[in-house]
Amino acid sequence: MMQHTLSVLVQNHAGVLSRVSGLFSRRGYNIESLAVGVTENEKISRMTIVVEGDNYVVEQVSKQLYKLVEVLKVSDITDEKYVGREMVLVTVSVEPSQRGEIIAITEIFKGRIVDLSRKTMMLELTGNEEKINAFVDALTTFGIKEMVRTGKIALVRGDIGE
Amino acid sequence: MTTMTGAKALVKILEEEGVKVVFGYPGGAILPVYSELQKSKIKHILTRTEQGATHAANGYARATGTVGVCISTSGPGATNLVTGIATAYMDSIPLVAISGQVATGMVGTDAFQEVDITGITQPITKHNFLVTNPDDIPRIVKEAFHIARTGRPGPVLIDLPKNVAEAACHGKFISEVNLPGYKPTYKGNSKQIKEAIKLLKDSKRPLLYIGGGVSASGARELGELAHKLQIPVVNTLMGKGAFPADDPLALGMLGLHGVPAANYAVSKCDVLFGIGVRFDDRVTITLEKFAPNAKIIHLDIDPAEIGKNVRRVNVPIVGDVATVLDAMLEQVAPMEHKAWLGEVEDFKKANVTAYPAESEYDLVSRQVVEKLSELTGGKIILTTDVGQHQMTAAQFYHANRLGGFISSGGLGTMGYGLPAALGAQVACPDDTVVCITGDGSLQMSVNELATIKGQNLPVKVILFNNNCLALVRQLQHHFCNDEFFGVDFDGNPDFCMLAKAYGFEAYRITKQEEIESTLKEALANGKPTLIECLTNKADMVYPIVLGGKGLDEMLIQADDK
Repeated sequence: MMQHTLSVLVQNHAGVLSRVSGLFSRRGYNIESLAVGVTENEKISRMTIVVEGDNYVVEQVSKQLYKLVEVLKVSDITDEKYVGREMVLVTVSVEPSQRGEIIAITEIFKGRIVDLSRKTMMLELTGNEEKINAFVDALTTFGIKEMVRTGKIALVRGDIGE
Repeated sequence: MTTMTGAKALVKILEEEGVKVVFGYPGGAILPVYSELQKSKIKHILTRTEQGATHAANGYARATGTVGVCISTSGPGATNLVTGIATAYMDSIPLVAISGQVATGMVGTDAFQEVDITGITQPITKHNFLVTNPDDIPRIVKEAFHIARTGRPGPVLIDLPKNVAEAACHGKFISEVNLPGYKPTYKGNSKQIKEAIKLLKDSKRPLLYIGGGVSASGARELGELAHKLQIPVVNTLMGKGAFPADDPLALGMLGLHGVPAANYAVSKCDVLFGIGVRFDDRVTITLEKFAPNAKIIHLDIDPAEIGKNVRRVNVPIVGDVATVLDAMLEQVAPMEHKAWLGEVEDFKKANVTAYPAESEYDLVSRQVVEKLSELTGGKIILTTDVGQHQMTAAQFYHANRLGGFISSGGLGTMGYGLPAALGAQVACPDDTVVCITGDGSLQMSVNELATIKGQNLPVKVILFNNNCLALVRQLQHHFCNDEFFGVDFDGNPDFCMLAKAYGFEAYRITKQEEIESTLKEALANGKPTLIECLTNKADMVYPIVLGGKGLDEMLIQADDK
């Protein structure tokens, strides 16, 4: 099964998120992640949806999404050149003696330290899914107390030829 | 400009939209709208349940080709709309349902008679609105009608909180809607149309497979195309009436309980042109065996239908049936398919399906339906409920009128037929409207007999009473080794007495020789009338295509099992 990244522009109305997510559960499509936020036009939001499925499923998803009155545009950007980012906040159990090692790891990944307590550190990292997975793996040995990841957000790259 | 309330604005737009009748049931939260309705020239018909109102609006919409309107209060009134809305959604019937809602300040507090009806109806409406600002009412109501009637039609719900209906509305009345995310495609892709014509030209055994999309748009164009190209036509339940059943090219309904000629033709054709259809599972049964020799052209206004069920579509065309067929007619030269039509004539010989086994009452439903078809020429409006009688009607009533066969296809909603007949008779007061029903289905909406009587509508109800849910019983015969359970009605009322209590004329027939005289008398009496036909619960509907089989492997009668 292949993962597809859909970039969906919707009218920024109350209830539109529920229409979109409801459509996925109702028709039995597997949503991997869904991230939504306003665009440069405050009346329009962009949803970045990662969905698992073959071409048939993704075609159906797109067509069903288009049927929602508040959906303006659906693009499958999987095969396009795009920048995709996720973010993670992770709190790690850290003895004071281990802090240096954590700081080094965080620097390698170009993450940031956003909180510090006697026995924990909270780290922040932005990147693609692979990078975030690697970062989390590197921290696992220290003991991850809490973690939250966002879904992917994505934008297609500009065309250099233009 | 004098200010008006939200309720008044709503009613004003209903008038602008040409609404003449609404079917409804009032309650506290919808009172402001009812006050305005009272002052309006729109006729309000008080049904006996909100569900009855939705089905009546559905029947009205199908008989007129316009948008049906139903109204309820909040809470239980709104939830009673649900089955009717889902029925309309599955059959793509244009409906605007208006529900009252508790005041916006109370929404979300589990207030008395509060229910999240926009949430509940999200998967069964084409779109829905919860109105929070009275200024939005003119725009929202306009959009609701536009969405309901255009593209692939469907139900739209407007949930209107009481205080919003009461508040002053300063919103502009617009003449054009502006929905940037809603632009149905009407014109077909010209390259695809050419491809389709090429396939048809190269075909030796082409077949037109038509559905509700043709009933909604393009019945005339379809007829012209069929004749110009000399291609036989099979129809779905929803396509019944869109092409005259008496036409020599008409083969009847295909699918699960399809007519033999239609099912054989589908299995033999080399090009299948699906028009306004969705390759529903009751039509295809076994996808790998469906039209196995055919290249497929699929025309539908809803792009999501193309490739959804049958994935091997050779030529997809997204567009409105009338518009696309018109374009095809301009480009295509007349054709002949004499050899194929000869083969098809042979298929028709298999249509002599067996009568069910000896019945203790000497009466089977098929005889009544055939007689009705003969006496009326298939020109009346016939509604059905859901069950064996529905399939019998679909097989043996020869509908020769567009919108003349009204039945719950996709959802298969028992209790649909009687209120749908009410709506159809309100829409067409001078036409004969007959509802064919069963004792199970009738009892789900029997209360609407009162509405029909109250409106003095001469609706005829033909009841096949076998004191049993006979189609379920038939399923238990095929799939549960004749272990019949939960299908017998003990304690059914005396339906004739019941009908008389509602002010209906009533007849009970038990013998074949009573059919014609009783039907003639009832059809001519100008009064609401029930004809109860006592039938045998062991009667079965054939043909039937069992799971895993191809359409041409249908069981034509009981003993070839």
